[in-house]
Amino acid sequence: MQLALVHTRYQFLEAIRLPIVIVGNMVFPTVILLLFIVPIEEIRASPIAATTASAQIAVFAVMSTCLFTFGVGVAEDRALPWDSYLRTLPAGPGPRLAGRVLAGMTFALLGLLPVILIAALLTAATVTPVQFVAGLGVLVAGALPFLLGGFAIGYSMPSKAAIAVAQVLLLPLAFGGGLLIPPGSFPGWLDALSTWLPTRGSRDLLVYVVTGEAPRMLALVALAGWIVVTAVLAGWAYQRDEGRRFR
Amino acid sequence: MTAVLARAVDVSRRYGTTVALDEVNLDVPAGSLLGLLGPNGAGKSTLLNLLTGLRRPTSGRVELFGRSPTDAAARRSLGMTPQETGVPQTLRVGEVVDFVARHHPDPVATPELLERFGLGGLERKQSGGLSGGQKRRLVVALAFVGRPRLVVLDEPTTGLDVESRRALWQAVRDYHRDGGTVLLTSHYLEEVEALAQRVVVIGSGRVLADGDLSEVRGIVARSVVSMRAAAPPDLPGIVRVHRDGDRIELQTTDADALVRDLVRSGVEFRDLQVAPSSLEEAFLTLTDGSRADRQPATTRT
Repeated sequence: MQLALVHTRYQFLEAIRLPIVIVGNMVFPTVILLLFIVPIEEIRASPIAATTASAQIAVFAVMSTCLFTFGVGVAEDRALPWDSYLRTLPAGPGPRLAGRVLAGMTFALLGLLPVILIAALLTAATVTPVQFVAGLGVLVAGALPFLLGGFAIGYSMPSKAAIAVAQVLLLPLAFGGGLLIPPGSFPGWLDALSTWLPTRGSRDLLVYVVTGEAPRMLALVALAGWIVVTAVLAGWAYQRDEGRRFR
Repeated sequence: MTAVLARAVDVSRRYGTTVALDEVNLDVPAGSLLGLLGPNGAGKSTLLNLLTGLRRPTSGRVELFGRSPTDAAARRSLGMTPQETGVPQTLRVGEVVDFVARHHPDPVATPELLERFGLGGLERKQSGGLSGGQKRRLVVALAFVGRPRLVVLDEPTTGLDVESRRALWQAVRDYHRDGGTVLLTSHYLEEVEALAQRVVVIGSGRVLADGDLSEVRGIVARSVVSMRAAAPPDLPGIVRVHRDGDRIELQTTDADALVRDLVRSGVEFRDLQVAPSSLEEAFLTLTDGSRADRQPATTRT
């Protein structure tokens, strides 16, 4: 446990010495919020619509941080001699993984700060303190398939492939899960497809907690299924990993 | 009978269709200073990766302190260096050492360790800002943080200036004198000569020789006698002949005897040169020869 904190601290130190990485996490969701939500009167002025839209973007921001820090970050680290060296230290994979998750999730939540501020100050979005805290918890839980999926990507492929896969997954998952346009406006076939995506489950859960909109049960079941599937994939990728191989 | 700290038994490792190690046996007894000598690509690093738990053998068995090296507890008394100079560039020197120290129950105090490796006063410097030699000394120092019983050094002084190299050698000797066990790889015969008591020669994934320094020196220390002449002379002691136009290179284990014979034979020659042959050149003949005879050569030729 203490070692996990040591690893967290060093992940932090490394990231903080390159602050642009943290700022980068904040920019994209902020821009979406400013360009596509704030200028549209019907969304900005309606407490329900603005809260829903902000929650959707929060899920998007956390998913993107997970896929990139865990997917691409792990793949990049694996190619470094330092990572091989760490695996010769007398500690199992636990502390290092825990350090990664703690640091990564903290950065993901830090990335949400501008989203929360803009939603609170520039739109009619509103939550009670209880909803806010519950929302953060649900956000972290709903991020599990992306966190585990990120690990599966990072431990199974070289960094250039990981970047490509993360980028290919990001937008379809975001759009299909109703993070950019609310699923209420989807045509029937897209709504049905959307239900099976992990992003839809995370979105429905968070929107339920902050606005009370009933989640689709099937989407929640699918989310649980995705958590299991990505956990198995991540475990498999980690097991077979022996550092980066060059042929 | 002294304890064996690390052991490989009939170990093979393949990457796809490439055989990196082919039924290798190795014992590292407590208190020894063992050098693994071989050209680049011989399989030295693969063997170290197996012994330190980074990779698993395709077949055979590896042990570290009597356990599987992939078991974290087996690595408690192991000291290893990162390859190349790969420490995180943005971390300060003191932070890197502290980080590694936190993994060990009784680490050497950071200032003391840095002092011992000539890095005193650099604690606050970001490791990316160190010179090449300082980085190299830092990574080797990391192997000694946890007061290990076995230290594994992969090419410890590659790319170092003479002074840093001698300082590092001294640190390794001091550690060994105080009872430590060292397994080091090198593709410099000079480095292995300066440090090791026992030498294991690896080529093309196989153990070619395993013996004390003088035995192994006799096998891999070759000279190249080159000259301009019409035809290669037919003399004893020539292990390999290479022709480039009228330039003839003769690889030999005894350059003195060959030159004496050459002069006595009365053959016409010009531009005589004698140079030590590189380990790579010496290995060309060794690996050729060993294909016919699979027994490791342990006697002086």
